[in-house]
Amino acid sequence: MSEFAPIFIYLGFSLLVSLILVGLPFLFFANSSTYPEKLSAYECGFDPFGDARSRFDIRFYLVSILFIIFDLEVTFFFPWAISLNKIDLFGFWSMMAFLLILTIGFLYEWKRGALDWE
Amino acid sequence: MIIDTTEVQTINSFSTSGFFKEVYGLIWIIPILTLILEITIGVLVIVWLEREISAAIQQRIGPEYAGPLGILQAIADGTKLLLKEDLLPSRGDIRLFSVGPSIAVISVLLSYLVIPFGYRLVLADLGIGVFLWIAISSIAPIGLLMSGYGSNNKYSFSGGLRAAAQSISYEIPLTLCVLSISLRLEIGRNDQVLPYDSDLDSSTVDIVEAQSKYGFWGWNLWRQPIGFLVFLISSLAECERLPFDLPEAEEELVAGYQTEYSGIKYALFYLASYLNLLVSSLFVTVLYLGGWNFSIPYIPIPELFRINQMAGIFGMTIDIFITLAKAYLFLFISITTRWTLPRMRIDQLLNLGWKFLLPISLGNLLLTTSSQLVSL
Repeated sequence: MSEFAPIFIYLGFSLLVSLILVGLPFLFFANSSTYPEKLSAYECGFDPFGDARSRFDIRFYLVSILFIIFDLEVTFFFPWAISLNKIDLFGFWSMMAFLLILTIGFLYEWKRGALDWE
Repeated sequence: MIIDTTEVQTINSFSTSGFFKEVYGLIWIIPILTLILEITIGVLVIVWLEREISAAIQQRIGPEYAGPLGILQAIADGTKLLLKEDLLPSRGDIRLFSVGPSIAVISVLLSYLVIPFGYRLVLADLGIGVFLWIAISSIAPIGLLMSGYGSNNKYSFSGGLRAAAQSISYEIPLTLCVLSISLRLEIGRNDQVLPYDSDLDSSTVDIVEAQSKYGFWGWNLWRQPIGFLVFLISSLAECERLPFDLPEAEEELVAGYQTEYSGIKYALFYLASYLNLLVSSLFVTVLYLGGWNFSIPYIPIPELFRINQMAGIFGMTIDIFITLAKAYLFLFISITTRWTLPRMRIDQLLNLGWKFLLPISLGNLLLTTSSQLVSL
């Protein structure tokens, strides 16, 4: 537990620092002079065409899903990599079986074009 | 001065009353403040360095009016941004808009916990050091998405999505490279029990210690050349520096997810970018370049050792100096790369991350594992 004390204190400090910095402009709020043109969205000088909450490309969603899968794979790799001396060859081949399944999935998505155009 | 962790633990072991336990926790404020001071000065130096190096590359003079040689330019910029008006876009989500930059900064600041500047000069000597960095740096894309969405601007939203996609795509080759390094097999010749517990080997201090044997030739750079190149490229992409600069491409997206920001929140993004750069350079030093080890082999080491052991503070200073010198070497390389190479398109970028770096880093991991097992 004593190892984690600095982490919590440091977390508290960084929260304090960033929130103080974000809250600082409120001290100068009295002089603010805002008008609608200043507050509207920037679109090279024009009034914004349509709403910003429009549809977005599905490929971003695909990238996120793929990231989750590979990130979990890597998370499983961590304890395996560290204890490789204790689990010898049997442990190595077990992880290789896991990796094979995921690699087949990776090849499938590559061939189907989930990684294309972006 | 940074407190020796073993001394703090002896203080803890002498405590018998509950009051003393609370005080023990608060002792950490001093090293934490020292670290925050170091980081702040580091960022100021990087900002100045970037402007001077970019000026030299473009054959012009950099900042020269703010303080001697323009050293105070970063402080001048920060003060100016502090006094700017803080705009909140009219139909944006105010809470997401305000919190976005803070999350980006906090996640990068937390990464400094596990960087060792010396043998005991590390804030949190966890057994899972580098894993903590990987996990916390994955929080940054949330901040980018929040900023992009909360701005109520089509270009910000698109920029935020692209920035988040870029960030997460390069996390995986980064993690795989780091994994290849923490793969260590310590096999005793006759199956003896090792003198220290080698169970949790993602500790940054252990990684540096493992590179300390042959001076210059003991670096992980030579053991993992492919991993080093992949790590370098991935960390530049994580920091959103050129050539992976697309979220801030002025011609395409105005300023990406930072378009609607002004004043101190803009400064927070700026700060997060440079902090990320500094922590990446420090991690390159720790993981590949031997950290605080004085890396010239066969120099009269016994003499230096005597100095290091007798005057502990002198030894610690040398360690910090060596770590920072190696990190600044990488900073120089990053800054020069930024001002030399053209920008990549988003599809080239994501292709590079998924189709090139991911298979290569997986291959590197398998290569490392098999070579370790063959020597069993």
